[in-house]
Amino acid sequence: MLRFLVQRLALAIPTLVIASMIIFTLQQLLPGDTATALSGEERDPEVIAFIRQKYHLDQPLPVRYALWAGGVLQGDLGESIRLQKPVIDLVIEKLPVTLELACLAMLVALVIGVPMGILSAVKRGTAADTLANGIALWGLSVPNFWLGILMILLFSVQLGWLPASGYVSPFESLSENLRSMAMPAFVLGNAIAAVMMRHTRAAMLGVLGSDYVRTARAKGVSPLRLILRHALPNAAIPIITLGALEFGQLLSGAVLTEQVFSVPGFGKLMVDAVFNRDYATVQGVVICTATTYVLLNLAADLLAAFVNPKLRRA
Amino acid sequence: MLRLFAAGLVAGIAALSPVQAQTLRFGLMEDPDALDPTLARTFTSRMVFAAMCDKLVDIGPDLKPVPQLATSWSLSEDQKTLTMTLRPGVRFHDGEKLDAAAAKYSIERHLKLPGSQRRGEIAPIDRVEVVDDLTFKIFLKTPFAPLMAQFTDRAGMMVSPKAAERLGDKFSTAPVCAGPFKFVERVPQDRIVVERFDDYWNKDQIHLKRIEFRPIPDGTVRLTNLRAGQLELLERLTPTDLPQVTRDPKLKIGSTIELGFQSIVFNPNRAGSAVADPRVRAAFDLAIDRNALNQVVFSGEFLPGNQWVSPKHPAYVKDYPLPKRDVAKAKALLAEAGIPKPSVTLTVYANNEAPQVGQVIQAMTREAGFDVKLQATDFTTALDAADKGNFDAYLYSWSGRPDPDGNTFSFLACKTPLNYARYCNPEADAALAAERATVDPAQRAEAWKHLADRVMADRPLIYLFHRKLFWAYSNKLTGFTPYPDGLVRFTGLTLN
Repeated sequence: MLRFLVQRLALAIPTLVIASMIIFTLQQLLPGDTATALSGEERDPEVIAFIRQKYHLDQPLPVRYALWAGGVLQGDLGESIRLQKPVIDLVIEKLPVTLELACLAMLVALVIGVPMGILSAVKRGTAADTLANGIALWGLSVPNFWLGILMILLFSVQLGWLPASGYVSPFESLSENLRSMAMPAFVLGNAIAAVMMRHTRAAMLGVLGSDYVRTARAKGVSPLRLILRHALPNAAIPIITLGALEFGQLLSGAVLTEQVFSVPGFGKLMVDAVFNRDYATVQGVVICTATTYVLLNLAADLLAAFVNPKLRRA
Repeated sequence: MLRLFAAGLVAGIAALSPVQAQTLRFGLMEDPDALDPTLARTFTSRMVFAAMCDKLVDIGPDLKPVPQLATSWSLSEDQKTLTMTLRPGVRFHDGEKLDAAAAKYSIERHLKLPGSQRRGEIAPIDRVEVVDDLTFKIFLKTPFAPLMAQFTDRAGMMVSPKAAERLGDKFSTAPVCAGPFKFVERVPQDRIVVERFDDYWNKDQIHLKRIEFRPIPDGTVRLTNLRAGQLELLERLTPTDLPQVTRDPKLKIGSTIELGFQSIVFNPNRAGSAVADPRVRAAFDLAIDRNALNQVVFSGEFLPGNQWVSPKHPAYVKDYPLPKRDVAKAKALLAEAGIPKPSVTLTVYANNEAPQVGQVIQAMTREAGFDVKLQATDFTTALDAADKGNFDAYLYSWSGRPDPDGNTFSFLACKTPLNYARYCNPEADAALAAERATVDPAQRAEAWKHLADRVMADRPLIYLFHRKLFWAYSNKLTGFTPYPDGLVRFTGLTLN
């Protein structure tokens, strides 16, 4: 088990290096540079030259990558040129927000998606199945942006129950924090719930048709126990894998949802950074996201092994 | 009876004393850049500076300078020495005195800090000398008429020398100025918080306790937040959202015509480009119906224009009124140029409105024979193309400056940074030199006329319209007055 862990962690390092190189190079393909973006309306040539020199934009690409990578090895992700703030501070500021939103959205997705998937698999072909599928289709097709605005109009403007935007730290007030996160988490979770539901349904259908389930049923196992104890653990593996992937996506920031609810997470930071050619910020966020992604995949593998002992020996 | 009396007493006290603990939440269109008056470069950061950093002079409704930190000023006979006297007893947020030495420090910082965005605005300043505690003299290399107008903006903002020395180019992380509100905190992309400064020179007029600036880029979301009571004020309301606000009895609207312009810049030097021929540019201009454009895209709320200042501006050259659309004449010009079906690529910034403007122009010019291709890009890409000369025509927007020089010089003088058309004409240069050299209104008006004579004929760029800036605010907010520079004055604002 330990060897497995070490092997997987060792593999993560080249993954991160390659990811950072790709992003670094891709950014250079964008027209213009930080100096173009930051020179302001006045576009004073002296200012442009100064910015280029200060942030080594006049150096060749490999030199700049080396400078950046050297910093990262010493725990320095560089400075956001636009905000004049260390990137690591920005990441530390935004990561908890993004993490919380991702966890809550995932919770919404699991609470809605998994039971609905089980239900529609067990009641296959009935009205309940059709209804669940209909809801899933709706969840998949309704755009986050639109749903978000509609929810604000209903719950904030009309009813006044929830704040339309803004983020309150849970350490300041847990209830306010949850109130401010409720709508964005639902909007994000809603779309994932639909995917979850479809996958759970497919996995459950596969397992429910298998021999051991039929045997268990023949032995008189109660329907509830049959589903929860016998069928679900086997069906859970694709759901866990999917969950980890979706969670990773959520961590890279949910741009539109963050825009609608003004949640100060990674998505907004990233979009602003790309438009301003704030290379260091983009790199920093990508590295952090990639690292969490790798770790999440690892966690998913471990979790799958925990749920299904057969995988431990493989 | 006693209870009634007590209730009356409470109500009376509430009515008498200005309401305390007032926090104004102000929705901005974008997250401002660095909060350092010397390095800042965006319109949005000026919204925040309006609360934090007082200027030597402010701008009046008639675009003339009025006293703020400086109470009086005079220009020497040769227009090369400006003497300014500061308001006594003014303190920076860190308790430091704002005296002539501090003013000299701030102006020199604008001139010398590496990467300063202000240097170009006040470049003709040769040196600053302290006369006494409150008086200083600014010596100019050459007469420079726009100087006072520059001091109504960031170049006139005074920063605490102590804080500026301590923080250097990190001043923006904890800016210290002499305005009505002091900096508290900034969470990028989320909020900027400022708090009332108790030693402000005009503190009796400051009723708000705190201001929270909240960047919310999407116009619809910004408005929804206002309607939900999450904001009390928002800037740059989209004209198409106006009916929503007017229908809501809890909201009000303020507006002013911008000082800037919306234009199409041509690139006549691009090899093989149809717009190299002045007749083609003239035909393009004639094919556009500015009123219809305004009606279609902006519900008729903006102001059609044809010069660097709006038709309502005192410096508008009346000899060149708004041109009428003339498709027949446009076609004749194209035939004369020998290019009856010119192909033109129009670069537009991919925001909400610019592509729509592009589409309307595309449709209008098609009737004259043009084949306009639209190229929508992000802002930096568009700038990069403009810098490198990779465009035929570029839909360009300028936020405007109080003095018309700020709308012309850098665009039309030979080899200036915003001259994307690479326009270089000795007569235009002479006219620009003339307007800079004198503060006399009649002489300047003559210079503007001379400039218009050239620019209206050569058309390195054509001006299309001037935006109206709309604010929407809660009816709890009183004392709101729109200013021509598009910035909010927080003095006198009250939340009820």
